[in-house]
Amino acid sequence: MIWLTWRQFRASAALTAAALAALTAVLALTGPGLSSQYAAGIADCVADDTCDRFFDVFFDHNQLAFLAVSLVVLALPALIGLFWGAPLITRELETGTHLLVWSQSVTRVRWLTIKLGLIGLTAMTAACLCGLVVTWWSGPLDKSAVVDLAQMAPLVFGARGIVPVGYAAFAVVLGVTVGMLVRRTLPAMALTLAAFVVIQLAMPLLVRPHLMPPVTGTFELGHANIGGISLPADGAGIQISTEPAVPGHPGAWVLSSDLVDASGRTIGGNGQETTIPVSSTSGPCAPQGGPPNEDPCWAEINQLGYRQRASYQPLERFWPFQWIETGIYAALALGLTGLCFWLIRRRVS
Amino acid sequence: MTPVLKAQALGKKYGRRWALRDCTIDIPAGHVVGLVGPNGAGKTTLLKLATGQLEPSAGDITVLGARPGRTSAQLARVGFVAQDTPLYAGLSVTDHLRLGARLNPRWDDGMARERLARLGLVLGQRAGRLSGGQRAQLALTLGLAKRPELLILDEPVASLDPLARREFLQGLMEATAERAFSVVLSSHLVSDLERVCDFLIVLVDSRVQIAMETDKLLAGHHRLTGPRRDPDRLPADQHVVSQRHTDRQSTYVIRTDGLILDPAWTVTQLSLEDLVLAYMEKRIAENRPVALEAQR
Repeated sequence: MIWLTWRQFRASAALTAAALAALTAVLALTGPGLSSQYAAGIADCVADDTCDRFFDVFFDHNQLAFLAVSLVVLALPALIGLFWGAPLITRELETGTHLLVWSQSVTRVRWLTIKLGLIGLTAMTAACLCGLVVTWWSGPLDKSAVVDLAQMAPLVFGARGIVPVGYAAFAVVLGVTVGMLVRRTLPAMALTLAAFVVIQLAMPLLVRPHLMPPVTGTFELGHANIGGISLPADGAGIQISTEPAVPGHPGAWVLSSDLVDASGRTIGGNGQETTIPVSSTSGPCAPQGGPPNEDPCWAEINQLGYRQRASYQPLERFWPFQWIETGIYAALALGLTGLCFWLIRRRVS
Repeated sequence: MTPVLKAQALGKKYGRRWALRDCTIDIPAGHVVGLVGPNGAGKTTLLKLATGQLEPSAGDITVLGARPGRTSAQLARVGFVAQDTPLYAGLSVTDHLRLGARLNPRWDDGMARERLARLGLVLGQRAGRLSGGQRAQLALTLGLAKRPELLILDEPVASLDPLARREFLQGLMEATAERAFSVVLSSHLVSDLERVCDFLIVLVDSRVQIAMETDKLLAGHHRLTGPRRDPDRLPADQHVVSQRHTDRQSTYVIRTDGLILDPAWTVTQLSLEDLVLAYMEKRIAENRPVALEAQR
């Protein structure tokens, strides 16, 4: 049975293996260069405290490749579910070959076990390999990424570590289940893709923020959490807005970031430009001659009691989150596997 | 001797529609059994239930004394060639032999290869490139080389041209002559079955109309033609299968074990096809109309 499953599957497995090997080769060749570039840059910038600028330049320079490889890891499970999972059973049903194989001396349960097992394990291996290689390669970039693309950020989190394994396992079983219910390849593929995308969007939007209770805190305002100060022409106060970042916790996934006044009242929501009554024509926030220096202005604003109130998931939770989310997808995959076996006994024929 | 197939009040429902209902049937071992009936009579459903491809919604079925298709041991005893003889189009003939060898404990590889060589199938050719007749022969070879105790074939020749049809049935007959195993073969064409079957079952509307050895069937049925007469004036041992009347003449198909002594009748022998049609008509006359499709 393993032989037959492999015989049916080997062409697409070879294609995927070739594509992954090419990707791995490219990343293996460019990875060390990226890494040494990063190390050299850090060594230089620590001396004169210009690391923020180095990070910006370094990340900006490699941003396209960074996004591309992350996208590959995100898309791989979806493609696997689409092209391996959905047709796995429907193609047999459509051509009637299930009747041929079921009339050999192999029970249907064993047939499905081998099929799901082999394709599922291959998918998980591919996703694991792809995820880990990309995680290794983008290590230096993850350390210098802008807040929106830090490791905990929704777009990047799913393309790092071990969660791709969970996604791939789930995608395969999802495809097989949908295929058994729909029984036709093309609709099954379309439905699988739609369902998988919805779940992949719902996860970071609705579930992941609550995997662990978020940390909340109130922070003084400064470079780290305020995008900048703008001085309106009429001089009636200054405008500031919070950034989705918290001081002292670089790389944290900020869920909410509000500007509050001295009484603790929220005066500006996430990233909203808020005018505060600080003179922009005289005092510490007024433009001085010479090089601009905002530090006295920050001191003044903080002294007036303005703070950032944020809730966030710190970067230290990256691996716990990876394990929890992988576990959730594994549980979903197992549940659907149970459904598949129920369907093969009761419904499909 | 254990019957090869025994069903008791067997039924299969798809949604709300019964594909097979209240079917009671007993097929003895050691025969080449023809299962004949119009489309929609439930032949395919019955055969799929017998191979374990379907689970019954009602009643019981045993094949060779056991529940069909539950264990690999039971699967090994029953061969099945499905309708339209499905094969993996992308796999070669050799791959199909390998499939058979790996998935069946009693696989007879020598026989399979010898048979395919005799039929002139190229081993390296993909199944998708074979002609309809070759596909059917390959499917039959897979079924035979498994060395089952019972081989079930569902309309194996329906899509073949007359020549391929004859070759297929010839091959089947030779195989049954070489080794003793039971065969159940369904068709809606009696002429196909006539040549190979020694036992015939007529299934109309899930009901077994008659199940009997072909020679007994032919010997026990007669067509009577004579002056018009009502059926209740026939002798008690003459069971009417079908009847037709004009103003002056009556034609009966009757089943009897006795002799026909009445000199008023002209007695003629029936062909198997006439007989099957008579039983199909009988069921229709008794029940709601069933689309007749015997004359394709």
